[in-house]
Amino acid sequence: MLAFILRRIFQSIVVLLCVGVIAFALFRLVGDPVNQIVSIDTPYEQRMQIRKELGLDDPAIVQFGRYLAKAARFDFGISYQFRQPVASLIGERMPATLELTFVAALFSLVIGIPMGVFTALRRRSFLSGVFMTVSLIGVSLPTFLIAILLRYIFSVQLGWLPSFGRGQVVQLGWWSTGLLTASGLKALILPSITLGLFQMTLIMRLVRAEMLEVLRTDYIKFARARGLSDRAVHFGHALKNTLVPVITIAGLQLGSIIAFALITEYVFQWPGMGALFLGAVQNVDIPVMAAYLLLVSFIFVVVNLVVDVLYAVVDPRLRANLQAA
Amino acid sequence: MLRKVLFAAAAAMALSVGSAAVAPVSAATLRYANQGDLKSLDPYTLNETTTNAHLGNVYEGLTKRDKDLKIIPGLAESWEIVEPTRWRFHLRKGVKFANGEDFTADDVLFSADRVRAQGSNFQTRVPKDAKFVKVDDYTVDVVLATPNPILHYQWDTWYIMSKKWAEANNATQPTPASAATPSYASLNANGTGPFKIESHQPGVKTVFKPNPGWWGKPEHNLTEVIFTPINSDSTRVAALLSGEVDIIEPVPLQDIQRVNQSQNAQVLTGPELRTIFLGMDQSRDELLESNVKGKNPFKDKRVREAFYKAIDVEAIKSRVMRGLSTPSALMIAPELFALSKDFTRPKADPEAAKKLLAEAGYPNGFEVGMDCPTDRYVNDGPICQAVVGMLARVGVKVNLNAQPKAQYFAKVLKPNGYKTSFYLLGWTPGTLDSHNVLYDIMGCRDDATARGETNLGGYCNKQLDALTDKILVETDADKRNQMIKQAFQIGIDDYGYIPLHQQSLAWGVAKNVKVVQRADNQVLLYWIRKD
Repeated sequence: MLAFILRRIFQSIVVLLCVGVIAFALFRLVGDPVNQIVSIDTPYEQRMQIRKELGLDDPAIVQFGRYLAKAARFDFGISYQFRQPVASLIGERMPATLELTFVAALFSLVIGIPMGVFTALRRRSFLSGVFMTVSLIGVSLPTFLIAILLRYIFSVQLGWLPSFGRGQVVQLGWWSTGLLTASGLKALILPSITLGLFQMTLIMRLVRAEMLEVLRTDYIKFARARGLSDRAVHFGHALKNTLVPVITIAGLQLGSIIAFALITEYVFQWPGMGALFLGAVQNVDIPVMAAYLLLVSFIFVVVNLVVDVLYAVVDPRLRANLQAA
Repeated sequence: MLRKVLFAAAAAMALSVGSAAVAPVSAATLRYANQGDLKSLDPYTLNETTTNAHLGNVYEGLTKRDKDLKIIPGLAESWEIVEPTRWRFHLRKGVKFANGEDFTADDVLFSADRVRAQGSNFQTRVPKDAKFVKVDDYTVDVVLATPNPILHYQWDTWYIMSKKWAEANNATQPTPASAATPSYASLNANGTGPFKIESHQPGVKTVFKPNPGWWGKPEHNLTEVIFTPINSDSTRVAALLSGEVDIIEPVPLQDIQRVNQSQNAQVLTGPELRTIFLGMDQSRDELLESNVKGKNPFKDKRVREAFYKAIDVEAIKSRVMRGLSTPSALMIAPELFALSKDFTRPKADPEAAKKLLAEAGYPNGFEVGMDCPTDRYVNDGPICQAVVGMLARVGVKVNLNAQPKAQYFAKVLKPNGYKTSFYLLGWTPGTLDSHNVLYDIMGCRDDATARGETNLGGYCNKQLDALTDKILVETDADKRNQMIKQAFQIGIDDYGYIPLHQQSLAWGVAKNVKVVQRADNQVLLYWIRKD
């Protein structure tokens, strides 16, 4: 097991380095940061001076090397726009993103799994038809459209839920949470539904398909023959065996929820890392972009690692394989 | 019966939820959302309208501008030109910074140094060679190398900082973008203005509170202002319509009607000072992006005139701008030049344009590339598309390169060597004076001075330059205006630029809020009242 984890950590470092190289190669195409740092009527000499100070005239690989040397000491530089350390900017924004993604993921699992089980067990019922249709909408509609639709109904027309922001937050040390206030919880509803809807429908469809598969297997027939209750058969035996692929998908999706929360964050003006990143792209704020990309790839790597380990816990056969390897 | 009870219960629930969602705030808390962030609180970091407006609530300059942009006394009670190169400013007494320190001449001298220091984006606010002399605690003399009648024109946004505060907090220099340490002044503010900043989380939220020690008499009735940047157009409009914010800037053109039809908000529109125009590369011997080889068609005045006549600004106004633009004959807004009504823009004339092109040797037109930003000005992308269509009618094929402002400006500005053949740009003279346009946009490019630095097409007429130099030092207002008129006329006769229009301001305002909409698009809290 330990060897396995070590090997994965080594692979992760390679992944992070690759992301860094690609990112720095792309930064040249984003535009000239100096234009965003100064106003348009700034004299040419000043602009050139700033370019020189920022080292923008050096080749991408030199800039990357310089960045790496600092990043290795956890110094991610100062944001061009805000003149604040990138680490503290991201640190301030991270709780917002993590809370949003956590609630969205929870929502997609808590709603998605029961819906999947239900539609598998009661294939012909009317409600199953409704669920399947809703899931089709969830899979096919783009996130921002769902967001605008939800907001139009629940904030503009009905006035029940806020249309932007996090509501009131409570500071617990460095972590700011919206989970402890009424307005904070209310502000979470629309963004987390928006963000989690696609995952929810994905999980529902996955659970349904797996469940149908498992229900046809011999051991389910034997379980029934032994006279076990429906409940024990469905949830004790069938559902448990559908969970391996569900964990994979849900785990991998968690990474992408965090990474792609940026659209939801943008639409709801959610003060998270994704919104920070989008602003950085618009303003060619290279230190923020670089740190965000590294962080996201790091999260992906960690999530993948955890998923692999969880596999082993859920499926004894894999455990044996790992030990052999 | 049961159904009725259920219905009532549901309704009651809905109501209770509804009333709770719109946070109960006291009447005088103003919630304001802008497309742009307030990034740094350091008043010398970024010279940009929204930032200047925000900080103008907290900091003050020696001068101020009133609701009609007229220059009025600020921290200087009065000033006089003792001799052409010596100005004397009499400072206001009894003014305190938000932290309680007294405002004196030392702070002016300190601010004059700091604003010209490395890392400041406001270096041009104060001439490099101007000397500030402290006469006494409340009198400052400014000694200039050459006479300058518009010395104080931009001083309303040259904000005075406290010397002691800056020294105590290690903020005597503006923080450059390349700094290795964060700056205290970018997270904290200490001004003399009507508001102070209670908290500031960059890009997320800023809370303003009235400054009880302010020297003036407040016109506003606010007790708190919560500013949130909301980048997304649709979110900003939704927040206004749902009553979660009281003011938004800007309202996208396509949503104006929707806001006006709503019960709780309306849109205030008015002409903005920014002039949107087209420019043509007249300096290269061969255009970078064209099928005409060996020569530059824009060097021929007839071609530039043809372009001018082919473009129908009235059609752009009605089709692209939904009526919200003011077609322009000049390169400066009419509000900023007293004699602007002497100029009218000739009507579009595609037939004449075709004839001119034929005379110039392009009976079948030619191909040219055009650069256009898509997220900088109101409907900038669609304006360019309309221009492409209009030029197609006279036989010119325009290959449009529409791109986000970050890429656009990286391509066309001086650091990249003005790589454009035909472009759209907008300009508000920082000084709110014609000289800035004549010098920076219409002046011949000159590497030795900053003249013509934003003249991306390299239009050049030495006669105009000679006039511009005289305009800079002429202190008689009438004579000066006549010379400005002459200079603009030269530009028009040369067809050096194609001015299109002034775009419109569009602020969304809740019905119980009264604001003053100033043409420079500054949302100033100290004139806002909320019932």
